Amino acid sequence: MILNEAFRTKIGLAEMLKGGVIMDVTNAEQALIAEKAGAVAVMALIRVPSDIRKEGGVARMSPISVIREIQHTVSIPVMAKARIGHFAEAQVLEALKVDFIDESEVLTPADEENHIDKHPFAVPFVCGCRNLGEALRRIGEGAAMIRTKGEAGTGNVVEAVRHMRTIMRELRQLTTLRSDELMVFAKNHQAPFELIEYCHNHGKLPVPNFSAGGIATPADAALMMQLGAETVFVGSGIYKSPEPEQFAKAIVKATLHYNDPAKVLEACEELPDGMPGLDVRQIKQEELMAGRGW
Amino acid sequence: MAGNEKLYGVLALQGDYEKHQQSLTHLGARTIFVKTLDELSRVHALVIPGGESTTMLRLLDYYGMFDILRKFGAQKPIFGTCAGAILMARTVSSPAQKSLDLMDMDVERNAYGRQVDSRIVRLDSALGDLEAVFIRAPIIRRTGPGVEVLASYLGDAVLVRQGRHLAASFHPELTGDTRVHQYFMDIVEA
Repeated sequence: MILNEAFRTKIGLAEMLKGGVIMDVTNAEQALIAEKAGAVAVMALIRVPSDIRKEGGVARMSPISVIREIQHTVSIPVMAKARIGHFAEAQVLEALKVDFIDESEVLTPADEENHIDKHPFAVPFVCGCRNLGEALRRIGEGAAMIRTKGEAGTGNVVEAVRHMRTIMRELRQLTTLRSDELMVFAKNHQAPFELIEYCHNHGKLPVPNFSAGGIATPADAALMMQLGAETVFVGSGIYKSPEPEQFAKAIVKATLHYNDPAKVLEACEELPDGMPGLDVRQIKQEELMAGRGW
Repeated sequence: MAGNEKLYGVLALQGDYEKHQQSLTHLGARTIFVKTLDELSRVHALVIPGGESTTMLRLLDYYGMFDILRKFGAQKPIFGTCAGAILMARTVSSPAQKSLDLMDMDVERNAYGRQVDSRIVRLDSALGDLEAVFIRAPIIRRTGPGVEVLASYLGDAVLVRQGRHLAASFHPELTGDTRVHQYFMDIVEA
């Protein structure tokens, strides 16, 4: 199994982020709001996904000066996004000592066949997935945290639900198999055999499983946690809402007390309205982000 | 079996609380997650897990738990790892933040560096040879006379006890080794 020492410290940080909210930020001011509201980490990116969607063009890693300023401003872990397959962007982020790299479909992919070989890096990676096979391919490449992709920048939780339900269902199915049925399961899901074996034996992924992409209200966060997410990423929702700090606090509260409806109700009452949402079925196929990555 | 009487709480505002619960359960302890004051009032001892101390502090403040947790610590045993140890210290630096002041020690946050400087090492300790997982770990810069140092790394205390309280700057809960948790349970059951 790949659980060597270096990989264990990477997964260790992911463990520390469980039960919390990781917030997308594009500058130090937003990072401070996130930290004050109780975020467990911030994710630096060039524009929030809904703006990337609106403005088009090529979305790349954040400007270095912005990431540095965020690192100096907050004491919680700072994550940053690199383009899929762009290992040189990842090398730069590692040299900058970010705490986690998100090899993310939200940015424009740099390689349409290969993802980054993540094992040689000292910094841990998180990657998106839509199903168990995709999750295990990313873990096989060295990802220390998995997040279901959802459809970022839509304010619509439907894809996040689809991806989380899929991965949890496939995990449950896998645990019911006989050991002589595992190889064909690995073949059908295009996943490394030893990771299929691990999931079969443990009933869970070898790394934490978080949720992202379209979470726009406290109830959305509670929904994803009840479906099996161990932490939620919130992106466009916060800074597209009229009261970012209040919104961020309410999401944190709902994530913490996800299985206590009275507390989620309190969180819902604390904010006026979520961001405007998009119907995922109205978005052109080539504009969907979740399909990026392979 | 020892531990069947007392109820152990694991503060579950965020962090690796499940790992602590697994270690305690493995040793036969009864455990609950503590997210509310009501849950805190039911337990005989508390573990404050690893995680982000800034985040935990904010949440303790927002939900009115900070002072009550300090009062809890004035009477009952607390075991803190990493972020938990930071919260239990007298003073905290880098950056400065308030703390529960349950143990006579000063702690510097993220003192070994950022995540790329995280590491796993072997330590000699009063409990024998231990594997210590350091993740964005703090350094205990000073311990008072009432604090017993049970293990050190590179000259700094990393596992310390003061009376009923125990703190580690590393993560015993991330290894399969439950001796540090057993040591805490021995304090609680004594």
